[in-house]
Amino acid sequence: MTKMTYRDAIRSALREALRTDPRVFLMGEDVGGYGGAFKVSYGLLEEFGPDRVRDTPLSENTFLGAGIGAALGGMRPIVEIMTVNFSLLALDQIVNNAATLRHMSGGQLSVPLVVRMTTGGGRQLAAQHSHSLEGWFAHIPGIKVVVPAVAADARGLVLAALRDPDPVFVFEHATLYPVEGEVDEQAGPADLGRALVRRPGDAVSLITYGGTLGTVLHAADELARDGVEAEVIDLRTLRPLDTETILASVAKTHRAVIVDEGWRTCSFAAEVSARIMEGGFYSLDAPVARVCSAEVPMPYAKHMEDAALPQAPAIVAAVREMLVAHG
Amino acid sequence: MIDRVHALVLLRQMMLIRRFEEKAAELYTLGKIRGFLHLYIGEEAVAVGAMQALTPEDGIVATYREHGQALARGIPAGVLMAEMFGKASGCSRGRGGSMHFFDVSRRFYGGHAIVGGGLPVAVGLALADKLQARARITACFFGDGAVAEGEFHESLNLAALWKLPVLFLCENNLYAMGTALARHQAQPDIRRKADGYGMAAAVADGMDVLAVEDAAREAAAHVRRGDGPFLLELQTYRFRAHSTADPELYRGKEEVAMWRRRDPIVLFTSRLQAMGLLAEADVASLQRAVDGEVDEAVRLADAGPWESVEDLTRHVYAEMP
Repeated sequence: MTKMTYRDAIRSALREALRTDPRVFLMGEDVGGYGGAFKVSYGLLEEFGPDRVRDTPLSENTFLGAGIGAALGGMRPIVEIMTVNFSLLALDQIVNNAATLRHMSGGQLSVPLVVRMTTGGGRQLAAQHSHSLEGWFAHIPGIKVVVPAVAADARGLVLAALRDPDPVFVFEHATLYPVEGEVDEQAGPADLGRALVRRPGDAVSLITYGGTLGTVLHAADELARDGVEAEVIDLRTLRPLDTETILASVAKTHRAVIVDEGWRTCSFAAEVSARIMEGGFYSLDAPVARVCSAEVPMPYAKHMEDAALPQAPAIVAAVREMLVAHG
Repeated sequence: MIDRVHALVLLRQMMLIRRFEEKAAELYTLGKIRGFLHLYIGEEAVAVGAMQALTPEDGIVATYREHGQALARGIPAGVLMAEMFGKASGCSRGRGGSMHFFDVSRRFYGGHAIVGGGLPVAVGLALADKLQARARITACFFGDGAVAEGEFHESLNLAALWKLPVLFLCENNLYAMGTALARHQAQPDIRRKADGYGMAAAVADGMDVLAVEDAAREAAAHVRRGDGPFLLELQTYRFRAHSTADPELYRGKEEVAMWRRRDPIVLFTSRLQAMGLLAEADVASLQRAVDGEVDEAVRLADAGPWESVEDLTRHVYAEMP
């Protein structure tokens, strides 16, 4: 085990893939000469050269589509999109091509493409660089969506994405890049599609993913001081969703609070809530609760942004309220 | 000098496409084919001429008006007809229909119904070839409507920037659905768009199959030499409506009649006859042959199986062993 940042863990996966598979190449805006907007690909251009670490023009739709074409042509492209908001410029290629080509061709085509992008707020970047739209992507059959929350998963899920024969979207919460964690660089790919219990408990299931895992664990510690042991589930993959792990936890705790940095309306939290209703209704002692972002475009001012994002006190309050009303 | 054998191949392919499309229109009215049906009648010389410049190893990306390209590529008519019938024996197992023909064994990558959406994919196929040092090119068909899309400009830029082996083939039939070229382009001279990307370009008469073939061969040779991508504009006209849902309110009968006088099949037939390369009997025999081929295609499509509904969710993701 090595202590390394989330950023370095992703780079470790990219470097391993570039070293071991000649079909792998990386392309995106400023991934080469600049070293990556978030320094994830720093040093890779020098190590692997401009054919395999390719700076692109600011043409998200086209370099993503070129990734699809290159995947069809036998390569294993990794496309980096600087932020999730920019990925909206590539939605045509994502939704109309990456997600459809296998099915629409009757199973003839395979698009083994990995798309990485940053997501989420918390850095005072306002309403065009801060949203959490991974729930939208999880709506689309034909693609897979992974949301690593810790450094080991950042490495393991990128490796898993590269091994997958279908398009996999990796959402990297931007506040996680400098966060350190224990990483086994000898470990292979993580188990794509499996959620993990990050903290066992029996009083309530706190279900989350990505950038809010830390906040949720913090809230769980706070609750433990009152003797409330919360179980924390890290979804890790939004599509395919590990419903089994969610329902097993709810069957044990009888209560669920879902924490999701997306907006509440039509959020991924809504999907998780529906799955609990469908599969765990009779084990519930209380209505499922959600803690999501406020329904506003992300504001710039720090105190306003903090107020818009899910914070530990709101999670603690949601649990306490649930215990008081349905204890 | 025109080689007679080659000329007959070209003529037969154009006649096959024409007959296939007429039959498809008829079957649409009978309800055998549903969804949208975009006919290629009038534009046959473009697909047939351009395809002569490609080898079986080259890749092809086409649009939702791709029956002509698919037939010219050699995908059997029966498999294409079955696809339009929605049969499991169709080239996309009935999941694509008229707008989404695929045949990976012939490197035919669709069948794209988002205008401009095929261009980035073609750029990527060419990038894969370049990275793997494979000596083949990717031909990308699109219409004049696509020229207004960002993907057109982004794709030309990226292909030129990276000197990728893409042959961009613009089928300019003068209308983006119902909007005339001059009503949607500030600069309607499509060839000149390539200038902005430092890309070589040419224009050819898309109603003259030999002119298309010559221009496509030259353009493909440029791409194969490693001189970068090429934009070839082929000026053509669709004789039928945009799709089965189009009442054609946007163009006059005189204009259509004028273009019909330049029917690519009639033009080529007359030319070959004037040169003494084609007798009336040859035309009749070709017609019988393509009529028979299309009838057989319909028979095969009719006889083809429906996919089981249990298979609905197959092929969304790879099937793990």
